[in-house]
Amino acid sequence: MVKHVVAARHEISAGDKKLVQLAGRDICIFNVDGAFYALANRCPHEGGSLCDGQVSGVVRSNGPNDYRIERKGEFIRCPWHGWEFDIKTGQSWCDPNSMRVRQFDVHVEHGQELVKGPFLAETFSVEVENDYIVVEI
Amino acid sequence: MNAPSGLNARDMKAAQRLMIVDCDIHPIQSSPADLKPFLASRWLEHLAVYGPHVRQGLSERIMWPRMMANGQRADAYPAGGGPPGSDYELMRRQHLDPNGVEHGMLIALSKGGMEERNQDFAAALMSAVNDWQKECWVAKDKRLHAGIVIVADDAASAVKEIERRASDGAFSQIIMAPRSMEPLGRRRYWPVFEAAQAANMPICLHPAAVPGGAPSTGAGWPTYYMQEHFTFSTASESQATSLVMEGVFEQFPRLKIAMVEAGFSWAPTLSWRMDRIFERMRGEVPHLKRKPSEYMREHFWFATQPIEEPENPEDLLQIFEWIGWDRIMFSSDYPHWDFDDPRFAIRVRMSEEQRRKLFRDNARALYNLS
Repeated sequence: MVKHVVAARHEISAGDKKLVQLAGRDICIFNVDGAFYALANRCPHEGGSLCDGQVSGVVRSNGPNDYRIERKGEFIRCPWHGWEFDIKTGQSWCDPNSMRVRQFDVHVEHGQELVKGPFLAETFSVEVENDYIVVEI
Repeated sequence: MNAPSGLNARDMKAAQRLMIVDCDIHPIQSSPADLKPFLASRWLEHLAVYGPHVRQGLSERIMWPRMMANGQRADAYPAGGGPPGSDYELMRRQHLDPNGVEHGMLIALSKGGMEERNQDFAAALMSAVNDWQKECWVAKDKRLHAGIVIVADDAASAVKEIERRASDGAFSQIIMAPRSMEPLGRRRYWPVFEAAQAANMPICLHPAAVPGGAPSTGAGWPTYYMQEHFTFSTASESQATSLVMEGVFEQFPRLKIAMVEAGFSWAPTLSWRMDRIFERMRGEVPHLKRKPSEYMREHFWFATQPIEEPENPEDLLQIFEWIGWDRIMFSSDYPHWDFDDPRFAIRVRMSEEQRRKLFRDNARALYNLS
């Protein structure tokens, strides 16, 4: 496992997402209410780029004439056919048992810890006073 | 699980792949103003003063709200504005180049006069959209082939338009909306078929325009867009039946019909049912000299998108077998939301020959592409 520093924490605010390239992989980093998640940027259905999709909730219903939107901001909808995936688990909403997007470990580390290394940060330098988003693959 | 792939690996793979013919690409104007250079001042004035008068209550709207992004691929909006399909450079970068499109058949759905009530204005729009396709798309990229948009319910102007474009190399087929005023086998449409046969151009039936008055399902107007989406198949079934039963292919034995975005798994079962009833009641249609299935097999081609996805993907092979491996053609529907990616959409193992036919050779033969 190698630690990759992909962004400063403030770069991806709640509800936002960012596409990064790590070791030849396209990975989409999400901020859901302050917590970070990382998913492979490829829809398992036909390969659409998930990071170009819309972050949404899911519509649920107990029967005809009833609906509500739940879990706002916790799903990513593929820009092509609209498949929904749970950002926190990578699982498909309509077919959770057999279809999921690959997930990567992601967490926030303080610059002071990070500078002790080893880590990889290709696009920017790490400063001790900031927090950073780190993906391990 | 999902095999991750970097962009470079993906591009390299694309370059090594078989080149394809895409039978369904939708160009659209950035705004209606794009058509102005192709409209006479008389019609520009009409547009400014009276506007369009389409045959549905909801002018300038689609009847069912599409899911996200207005029915488009959410990643196909040009950075400079305008709807998906309005920017040639983006289409080239996002689809034509990386997906190895050797030939792309343009199907211009919007503003072509198909649903305009004023017949003279409709004819002007039809010509304008055809000029626009030629100048703004085909002239930019030789891979692209325009389809002659016609106002089929006004056969006289449609025939004139076909004759005017027939020898123009920019055009390879004739686009007719299956949402016609009457079933397409009716004789009011025969002048169009006669002109198509004389021009040696296939007729492309692609769902387009607003309905000609008939509800989109046999049971009446649907409630949801999901229901409406399936009517593409059922309406096409009705049109195929009409074309066969009315004797269109006896009258025009060289007429070819490309069913695009119509589904295809219905075609074999429809043929079986028509044959069965034909054996018992052929006296009602004495003008038919052959079994209905024979007209279906000879005169119809089917584009793949949106591809049927049976639980067992291998079942597709059986359906292709029934329809005929020489009659199935790949289509993507770029840039609409139900786009099929040529790399991933058809999940069955095919022989090299079958793959070549489906992705390339059948369409090349039908449209005389080289």
